[in-house]
Amino acid sequence: MKEQELFEHKIENEIKIEPKDWMPENYRKHLQRQMSQHAHSEIIGMQPEGNWILRAPSLRAKVILLAKVQDEAGHGQYLYSAAETLGKTRDIYIEELQSGKAKYSSIFNYPTLSWADMGAVGWLVDGAAIVNQVSLQRTSYGPYARAMVKICKEESFHQRQGYEIMAHMAQGTPEQKEMAQDAMNRFWWPSIMMFGPHDGESPRSGNAMKWKIKRETNDDLRQQFVDKTIGQAELIGLTIPDPDLKWNEERGSYDFGTMDWDEFWSVVNGNGPCNKQRIEHHISAHENGSWVRKAANAYAEKHG
Amino acid sequence: MNESLKQYFFRIGDSNLIIGQRLAEWCSKGPTLEEDVALTNISLDNFGQARILFSHIAELENNGKTEDDFAFRRNEREFYNALITERPNGHFGDTIARSFLFDTFQLHFYTELCKSKNEFLAGFAEKSLKEVKYHFRHTGEWIVRLGDGTEESKEKIQESINDLWDFTGDMFATDDNIDALTKEGIAPDYTLIYQKWKNTVNEVLKRATLTVPEDAYMQKGSLDGRHSEYLGHLLGDMQYLQRSYPDAKW
Ligand SMILES: [Fe+2]
Ligand SMILES: [Fe+2]
Repeated sequence: MKEQELFEHKIENEIKIEPKDWMPENYRKHLQRQMSQHAHSEIIGMQPEGNWILRAPSLRAKVILLAKVQDEAGHGQYLYSAAETLGKTRDIYIEELQSGKAKYSSIFNYPTLSWADMGAVGWLVDGAAIVNQVSLQRTSYGPYARAMVKICKEESFHQRQGYEIMAHMAQGTPEQKEMAQDAMNRFWWPSIMMFGPHDGESPRSGNAMKWKIKRETNDDLRQQFVDKTIGQAELIGLTIPDPDLKWNEERGSYDFGTMDWDEFWSVVNGNGPCNKQRIEHHISAHENGSWVRKAANAYAEKHG
Repeated sequence: MNESLKQYFFRIGDSNLIIGQRLAEWCSKGPTLEEDVALTNISLDNFGQARILFSHIAELENNGKTEDDFAFRRNEREFYNALITERPNGHFGDTIARSFLFDTFQLHFYTELCKSKNEFLAGFAEKSLKEVKYHFRHTGEWIVRLGDGTEESKEKIQESINDLWDFTGDMFATDDNIDALTKEGIAPDYTLIYQKWKNTVNEVLKRATLTVPEDAYMQKGSLDGRHSEYLGHLLGDMQYLQRSYPDAKW
């Protein structure tokens, strides 16, 4: 069999593509972009939650949050290693992040303004990430699929912990309730837009589906998330900020309102409230650490 | 509960809480991802140790207070953490120097505290020692790497150690209360811990090709709850939610 045919045969028969296998150049490029974007999201995502570690309202909450943010660092590590198997180093991926060439999930360009946001992020943002990542456990590239299996286990913890914070606050004092609803109002729409544009408007979707990098469409994944989240919100007495939301008996799913794609693209293109802050933070940590990395290398060279 | 023992538990717990909070500031700012996780792992251990002590106090007092009351509802003057633990993070070398000097103290302190006649303290020390051995190895290795790395790193880490040196004496401070506990075999002998600390620090700095600073004036005051200006700001952040919403449960 020719290389191309062998590749297609594997895709068709659900045999994973491994780093040493031949793959079309565009398959490789697509994965490099998607996996590094995924890794960057884990790492940049540490910042909005890191914003509350020092101010967590109990010792228990503090250690849970800190450990959660560490998990995200770990996810970034797995994903960078998995992406490195595609023939690009972590350093290059990071350069691309810092120069703006590579993107990360836009949700992290929103600020976390109250403790309830730790609930909203865990519950909604990790919740949306899980739906996507569960689907990616079946992605065609072996190292990516395996990284997803590892990560999904931790993500479901994160989501439960986030929901616990939210439930607690939604049933707390009037001020806590207000914070909880406010967090819901600010994070709901950006969360459901995490799945990306409608399938018709998602330029690279076609190949990604054909190559089984993506296993389900953006809209299908979004619907799964909406359907599973609404009941959870009702259970703790929070209102979803969407007047058009209603159960559709025929589809067995919820119908929901129109997403503001102008806002979405505006944030993707750099105009979100925190885009600059997030990248500057990353660059400054990286630059401040440069003498340390140099010293470690110099020491390793001297002492083998 | 016995006030002098309570005071002593705070002394140990507060140092852990405060340095834990400082190390947590590194989250998402480490020089590498791996180091980010390593520093915050140490922070998590510190919080864990503080929680064991605070919840033990709460249990003995049995008056409705919890570990969180001790962390979030005490004022600056009621904190007894060693002064070195509240020093600001500075650059990575400053943090490593602070941690190394403190971890070396904890290493020898817990080793001795394992022999305490107070069963709870002995058990606590034994559990904590396992964690601290790792902390000490981690920060000690960084001291050597930075000292024997590049010219720049050597200069930086030497300066960090010099700057922190005045705050090391306070870790070994005792008062009548602690002296009495030492006589009873509950607290260890701090002069012995100091000797062991000094030997280990000398040894590691030598391996790192660094100079041991001369002893000059040593800052003191933490046993009386007299701190630097930095502590108030640290507590301001840490206690903000509990103070702003005193009736809320989190
Ligand atoms: Fe994650
Ligand atoms: Fe997560």
